[in-house]
Amino acid sequence: MRDIENKLTRIVPPLLVIALLIAVWWMVVTRSDNPIFPTPWQVVTGAWTLAEDGTLWEHIEASLVRVGIGFGLAFLVAVPLGLWMGWVTAAFYTLNPLFQMLRPISPIAWIPIAILWFGVGNLSPVFLIFISSVFPMMVQTTTGVRTIDRRYLRAAANFGVSRSVLFRQVVIPAVLPEIIVGMRIGIGVAWLVVVAAEMIALHSGLGYLIMDSRNAGNRYDLVVASMIIIGLIGLLLDGATRLLERLKTVKWRYVR
Amino acid sequence: MSAKKISVDGISKGFGSLPVIEGVSFDVRDGEFVAIVGPSGCGKSTLLNVIAGFERPDRGAVRFDGAERTGPSRKGIMISQHGSVFPWLTVQENLMFGLNGASQRDRVELAGRYTELVGLKGFEAAYPHELSGGMLKRVELARALVVKPPILYMDEPFSALDALMSLRMQTELRRILEEERHTVLLITHDVEEAINLADRILVLSPRPTTIQTTFHVDLPHPRKLSNPEAQKLREAILKELGIQSSV
Repeated sequence: MRDIENKLTRIVPPLLVIALLIAVWWMVVTRSDNPIFPTPWQVVTGAWTLAEDGTLWEHIEASLVRVGIGFGLAFLVAVPLGLWMGWVTAAFYTLNPLFQMLRPISPIAWIPIAILWFGVGNLSPVFLIFISSVFPMMVQTTTGVRTIDRRYLRAAANFGVSRSVLFRQVVIPAVLPEIIVGMRIGIGVAWLVVVAAEMIALHSGLGYLIMDSRNAGNRYDLVVASMIIIGLIGLLLDGATRLLERLKTVKWRYVR
Repeated sequence: MSAKKISVDGISKGFGSLPVIEGVSFDVRDGEFVAIVGPSGCGKSTLLNVIAGFERPDRGAVRFDGAERTGPSRKGIMISQHGSVFPWLTVQENLMFGLNGASQRDRVELAGRYTELVGLKGFEAAYPHELSGGMLKRVELARALVVKPPILYMDEPFSALDALMSLRMQTELRRILEEERHTVLLITHDVEEAINLADRILVLSPRPTTIQTTFHVDLPHPRKLSNPEAQKLREAILKELGIQSSV
């Protein structure tokens, strides 16, 4: 009984807030007689037609594939580099200042360079996603290695284990929770950036859908529908990454 | 029996301009249990870290079986107050961590035997965060024992446990030492723990620390602290530490 009550208090209030927001939105639009801004129902029917003729899924897929490739590449670069920089102090002092300087540059600022280097095809958004998610993952991994509790490294030294055992059984599992945090941040910014990147000159993706809907006859019902879908997918991506926190080998980090 | 297992020879160590250890020398026989007590902050832990090879002395040397050595090794395993059981490995994986060389089957078997020895049979697949503080200490003890180290270093091993659990762990440790022969160096601030466990007790002076007095504990195990001789010893040690016992 308690459990059910607990769940209800976590689900009902946020749903009520959202419902209230939709109601206010509906009322304001119908009262103001605005011809451009859509009512919630128009948004639903607009999204429905797109879903029915299949274009919505194509756009979602295009965005997800770009995020998948860009984020995947970033992961493959960030984690080994982060481990190396965390472990080898000289590497840290040599490279960290450069990365700390590159990190605060907004991915949007890279757009002109991305177009110059990679043109307006699929490669540009992939590059922008890579740039946006590689730094947070690298920084988290590096910090993770550098903050491993000394007693665990001491214990490993005490047992005189080989380097490979040290890395496989101590360093990497100790850093895994930090890597997961980095992945959550990385996937978050990647999803933010893909939409912006797709507004450049592409012909697919949710970002393109937003720009195209506006340009092709002020279809603000589709603009709002795309925004809501972007939000929902972002939520799902974060939720999927959070599932990693349930791995048995990282649970220690989240108890107590 | 009288072979010098550990020979500490004129160890001095300071941090910056602060001298912490000033010329500590003593020998430990093979199989002997030596407890080191001293006022808090006197450099007990530093001394043990130097002997175990985690820190280098400024002067002096540590010899094992006559051979000088530097750096930690699996011949002497450290068990410390806060513990270092890997939280990301199961009990079994923790025990198997230090076992290299042996075949997977032998490692599993050895880990199983020592899990049983410390009374944790059935918890092989548990993760450390699922265990109580006392059980965690047992895992740490088992992980050290399974590599069969000639020497055990214990730095206030049970002081993070409640008094009752600490006492139980002392009894367990004594029982295990009856079964397996280890040379033990124990750091503690608990005089009763030292009397309960050790063959010899070294009392350290305040910083910069030296050995102030040595007590031999010639009482048979299992010991009772209510024993008048143990009480006399306790008072003598407390007096050395500058505490007038009211008992």
